[in-house]
Amino acid sequence: MMERRTFADREDVLGAVMLAPALAYVIVLVGVPFVLAIVLSFSNATAGSLSFGWAGLGNYAAILGDPIFLRALRNSAVVTVGTQLLVVILATAAAQVFRATFRGKRFARFVLLLPWAVPVSLAAIAWTWIFDSTFSVINWTLKASGLLHGWLYWLGDPGLALTAIIIVQAWRIFPFATVIVLAGLASIPQEIVEAAVVDGAGFWRRLFQVELPLLLPVVAVAVLFGVVYTATDLGVVYILTGGGPANTTHVLPTLAFQRGILGADLGQGAAIAVFLLPFLIVVAVAMLRLARRAEVGGAAR
Amino acid sequence: MAGVDIRNLRKQFGDLCAVDGVNLSIREGEFLVLLGPSGCGKTTLLRMIAGLERPTGGEIHIAGERVDGDVPPRARGIAMVFQSYALYPHRTVFQNIAFPLEASRLPRTQIAEKVQRAADMFGISRYLDRYPRQLSGGERQRVALCRALVRDPKVFLLDEPLANLDAKLRNTARDELKRFQRQIRTTTVLVTHDQVEAMGLGDRIAIMDRGKVRQVGTPEEVYEDPVDTFVATFVGQPPMNLLDLGDPALPPRTLLGFRPEHFLPRSVFQPDEDVRAFRFSVRRVEYLGSDRYVYGSISDGAATDTTVIAKLPATIALAIPEGEQQEFAVPRRALRYFDAATGSSRKI
Ligand SMILES: Nc1ncnc2c1ncn2[C@@H]1O[C@H](COP(=O)(O)OP(=O)(O)OP(=O)(O)O)[C@@H](O)[C@H]1O
Ligand SMILES: [Mg+2]
Repeated sequence: MMERRTFADREDVLGAVMLAPALAYVIVLVGVPFVLAIVLSFSNATAGSLSFGWAGLGNYAAILGDPIFLRALRNSAVVTVGTQLLVVILATAAAQVFRATFRGKRFARFVLLLPWAVPVSLAAIAWTWIFDSTFSVINWTLKASGLLHGWLYWLGDPGLALTAIIIVQAWRIFPFATVIVLAGLASIPQEIVEAAVVDGAGFWRRLFQVELPLLLPVVAVAVLFGVVYTATDLGVVYILTGGGPANTTHVLPTLAFQRGILGADLGQGAAIAVFLLPFLIVVAVAMLRLARRAEVGGAAR
Repeated sequence: MAGVDIRNLRKQFGDLCAVDGVNLSIREGEFLVLLGPSGCGKTTLLRMIAGLERPTGGEIHIAGERVDGDVPPRARGIAMVFQSYALYPHRTVFQNIAFPLEASRLPRTQIAEKVQRAADMFGISRYLDRYPRQLSGGERQRVALCRALVRDPKVFLLDEPLANLDAKLRNTARDELKRFQRQIRTTTVLVTHDQVEAMGLGDRIAIMDRGKVRQVGTPEEVYEDPVDTFVATFVGQPPMNLLDLGDPALPPRTLLGFRPEHFLPRSVFQPDEDVRAFRFSVRRVEYLGSDRYVYGSISDGAATDTTVIAKLPATIALAIPEGEQQEFAVPRRALRYFDAATGSSRKI
């Protein structure tokens, strides 16, 4: 007698069933809000009212003429790019350190990963103390070591505030990037690195001409994640500066939140948020192409 | 002079002594082959010469200068070809070959010229713009050799450079390698576990076993006069026959050794030739085209259960029926003797 086909044998049905939760999650929690945001951005909807009128491109026209929005757009770009630069440098350096064997390496690695595990809001609150206008630990340290003569108002000056934001964002994601770079380093065949040693390459030549080029696909992935992480983050800027002083340090997510939720202008908030989209799509496509190119050997053939 | 002198070199990995007191003197311009079974420490020895591995003890001198300790690979004047070739996947063939020259800060124009000349010599000028993954195994191997030779090293180290090639290509590559070495006359150390490769390439062969060098000599020397039973059975295919016949004419506990190709039917030899005759009971005959391998045992002696192999060239057309006893013989000059306890050779 033939055995009966069980449920587990029917791959088509089984596949669909196993895919369903993920699909439902994406549709309900990502797809619907996404479509809703785009629809809202063309409407004059406000929070606390159910009226919903068509506004056409009105919201977009309004924000494009708004210097605060343009400033936020620029800030978003500056913070995102600046953070990634800092992260790539820090992560590469940290990965070099963690590749060596030393006492207490496990503990050091644990400490390294901590920033990633700490909730954003808690971390940001701690950093507001570090950058506090009166108690700033950084200022005290710089003063005590004789490097600083005046006083830095970290969160009071637009330039310094952006720098502070970049520092916190970088601090937050560089552990993750370090782990990725470490994994990438481990995947470089030992013989290739040794060949470079025998060929007479010193540390820097090895790093820049052998290891980093081979790491490029992996670093691209880390940067891609970092860009999405930083560009969409609301918490750090919101807690650290709240967009101030005088709306000079807003990034797109904080401005969207301020206009759409606090200011109750859902339409304009949505339009601001949607502005992130083309920006992120371009970045994602560019990064993936870069990763692919590096993978096939450095040449687009 | 750019020879390599190795004195009492040791390398310990935990409890394991991968290289255990090696003494070896490689002459200038010589092609020396390190031969030994897998895991005997050949690669470890080569890596210590290259400076990729730090010796636990002993000395290495390259061109008269002591280099063990802190002398980095680039200061040793060595070049190395890895078994996997270790080409830089993100660099073209040209950039691969140019890499060691760039590292020694040669001017660009000179680099281009040198790369071109080396590439011509190895017949890979056509591939200069390609990436390693676009090359066949044989082409990659040549790029690796080219990259190693382009900056005129004092000593050339090769770790099983032919192992990844198919059998046919390996023969051509072996021939080419030997020709290049003759041409440039750079001191060369090649590691292999293939004894045919070792015999074909080496001016001398160093045979290693469990971290020790057992014998160093020309291919003829190690083949004709193995110092011990390990060398005797490791070199030669099929291996040398070793028998303890309990022969009263020999000192007690003496192994008699002879190569399969010397063990032939008695009738092949002249009646007055100085041979040692045996009664050989034939178990099985293998026909291999150019040779026949005859498996069996010696029935007149104390070693009736030791398998003995005879290798008969196709020119001997005698019928050898399986399951019968035959009169076989070995010329006396081809007999070797070994101490059954220590394995070392004995002159008798
Ligand atoms: N880094 C290492 N750590 C611990 N043991 C090692 C290390 N490298 C080699 N060994 C050990 O040392 C011994 C010799 O290794 P080696 O690579 O020199 O052998 P080999 O003669 O080159 O063998 P093969 O022909 O298989 O390449 C082996 O038993 C190996 O397991
Ligand atoms: Mg090896």
